[in-house]
Amino acid sequence: MTLPSSLAAAPDRHGRFGPYGGRFVPETLMDALTQLTEAYRAARDDAEFQRQYRYYLRHYVGRPSPLYFAERLTHEAGGARIFLKREDLIHTGAHKINNAIGQALLTRRMGKPRLIAETGAGQHGVATATAAALFGLRCQVYMGAEDVRRQRLNVFRMKALGAEVIPVASGSGTLRDAINEALRDWMASVRDTHYVIGSVVGPHPFPMMVRDFQAVIGQETRQQCLEQIGRLPDVVVACVGGGSNAAGMFYPFLDDTAVELVGVEAGGRGPALGEHAATLNFGKPGVLHGSFNYVLQDDDGQTAAVHSVSAGLDYPGVGPEHSYWKDVGRVRYTSVGDADALRAFRECGRLEGILPALETAHALVEAVRVAGQRRREDVVVVCFSGRGDKDCFEVARLTGEEI
Amino acid sequence: MAGSECTIVVERRPDGSYRASCPVFPDCEAVAATEDEARQAVERAIETILARRQLNPIDAVFARLRGLGRKAFIPFVTAGDPDLDATAAVVRRLGQGGASVIEIGFPYSDPIADGPVIQASYTRALSRGLRVDDVFASVRRMTDERIGGEVPLVAMVSYSLVYRRGPARFLAEAQSAGFSGAILPDLPIEEADDLARLAAEMDFKLIQLVTPTTPPERAVRILGLASGFVYCVSVTGITGERDQLPAELLEQLRRLRRQTELPLCVGFGISKPEHVVPLREVADGVIVGSALVRRLAEADHRPLAAVLDEIGELVAGLCQALNPDAAATAGRAS
Repeated sequence: MTLPSSLAAAPDRHGRFGPYGGRFVPETLMDALTQLTEAYRAARDDAEFQRQYRYYLRHYVGRPSPLYFAERLTHEAGGARIFLKREDLIHTGAHKINNAIGQALLTRRMGKPRLIAETGAGQHGVATATAAALFGLRCQVYMGAEDVRRQRLNVFRMKALGAEVIPVASGSGTLRDAINEALRDWMASVRDTHYVIGSVVGPHPFPMMVRDFQAVIGQETRQQCLEQIGRLPDVVVACVGGGSNAAGMFYPFLDDTAVELVGVEAGGRGPALGEHAATLNFGKPGVLHGSFNYVLQDDDGQTAAVHSVSAGLDYPGVGPEHSYWKDVGRVRYTSVGDADALRAFRECGRLEGILPALETAHALVEAVRVAGQRRREDVVVVCFSGRGDKDCFEVARLTGEEI
Repeated sequence: MAGSECTIVVERRPDGSYRASCPVFPDCEAVAATEDEARQAVERAIETILARRQLNPIDAVFARLRGLGRKAFIPFVTAGDPDLDATAAVVRRLGQGGASVIEIGFPYSDPIADGPVIQASYTRALSRGLRVDDVFASVRRMTDERIGGEVPLVAMVSYSLVYRRGPARFLAEAQSAGFSGAILPDLPIEEADDLARLAAEMDFKLIQLVTPTTPPERAVRILGLASGFVYCVSVTGITGERDQLPAELLEQLRRLRRQTELPLCVGFGISKPEHVVPLREVADGVIVGSALVRRLAEADHRPLAAVLDEIGELVAGLCQALNPDAAATAGRAS
């Protein structure tokens, strides 16, 4: 197995995390990706850029987010203490804003006036629209036509923030088609446009860059654990769709080999292809959206249909770095189904007075399961990636309640 | 024979037999009872390889066109839209209508390199359950029945499909079905080394793309890996029809012309005879995709024969613009 210190050093200069990652895109985008990689490296090493990023995270986004001891949830689990890293409390209500602010700042630094983004449930679209408004950039968000219908609240929010929402009816009319369409736009507009990808997916340098902008979650958590508990946690749990909140949470813990890292995928309705979105649990290595990583495909290599009650986990690929962490065994990836996640949505509300996003609810189920098997002195931290307001309509619909 | 230019090494083995090999052709090796038999077996193997090499139909087509001073017309058609019989019928019509090479697109669920017209055709084909094996079987029939005449076929296929099948197996099956080369629009040179080596060993052409955003020094590296012809992307963006071709294109073509002997063929956005005329001076051929696929889409609700006639007219117009002298000759001959 590779040494942990080399895990944190990935990707190499070709954008490879072990065998995963790279760039599988049309030649039209290669020069743009090379330029973006250089611009990002320069920004990362620039103290002034980092100062601006930290400034907006603190004063605009509202960081650091609290690390909260969930006493009643802990009691219910009947084992280890459960702490919640409260990304639901930052501006726009989810972790997506950390990355959107970073990439919007980078866009301003590159002198490009226009942002585009893809969005599934709408959280990344809202975060990008927010960052665009903050920095005076034009913003267009590609969203699957099916998702536009399901997530009307977020569509309204994006429009209210001054962004244009472009429904994508091609293919399956969902997140992956929105990504295809955003990539196409970018191929034709790359000279004046930056594509703010929302997760640790896509061609190099996106998986590295998004992870870096999200790593603030894990950095704060690590520091807060040392301050509040006096030591590192025993287990860290996060949900994984594309995998951005998990990558940001796990990355600063990679070298802490005593800390167990658990990624939770969407188990949907069951293990048959098409019924879930548990790419690392059931997929195989392949190419999707410009990167080599685990994917859910049929035998021909056609992308499979996926399902999850959570729109943010409903993705047939997963980040190349997660693919690497799975293979070297640094992170354990498991899955939680729709029904358990829906129960956790209500249970967390009832016990803690916090409605989790359905994505987050998947991580909560696994955290409670792990805590129940551990001693009372142990500490389990959950990345509480977002708040559940956006899911109220969907949960009500599924349970037959009127809003 | 050409093989006489390379050294054949014969060695005696401990069991008394002879093993002949050639360092230039590592796959050619023979063991026989006598020295002569071993040497002759290796010579035959090398001759077979060279014969196949000399006959890659794509090279043959461009050599012939160059000799006649003519330009290549390269249409694209999606396999299986509206169905594979229709694809065969289109290939037949294109072969009769003056196509020099025909590109056959393998439908893929997430084609980021293609525009809305071609993506929609991929989605239609896949929604009818089309499999990669069906495409190979259909192309094999076209080859066996010489549906397209002598016109070489090139696969347009996403690396996602190639990787899943296994690159070596995919190329072998493609070649065996009758393809003479392939274009993998989402496999840039950084990721293409292994595949390019495989393809070169099989004399299977791996056609590379150069775009308006490709810096000149990068173009040189791409040309180093290219074979068959160079696919010059005319506009920044994805495939699709456009009203005008940009002026920078001509400049880039002139630069590429100084950098390679390979034929330069221009695609992305060519749909009208007016697009073709200014390219005659600087390009060796044109590639037309969306304009044909869009018409074929109508075969869903119109008789295929009528759609084929329209395609025939479009192709005739483009060929006339591309090679006015040849078309005039052909016109007199008939």
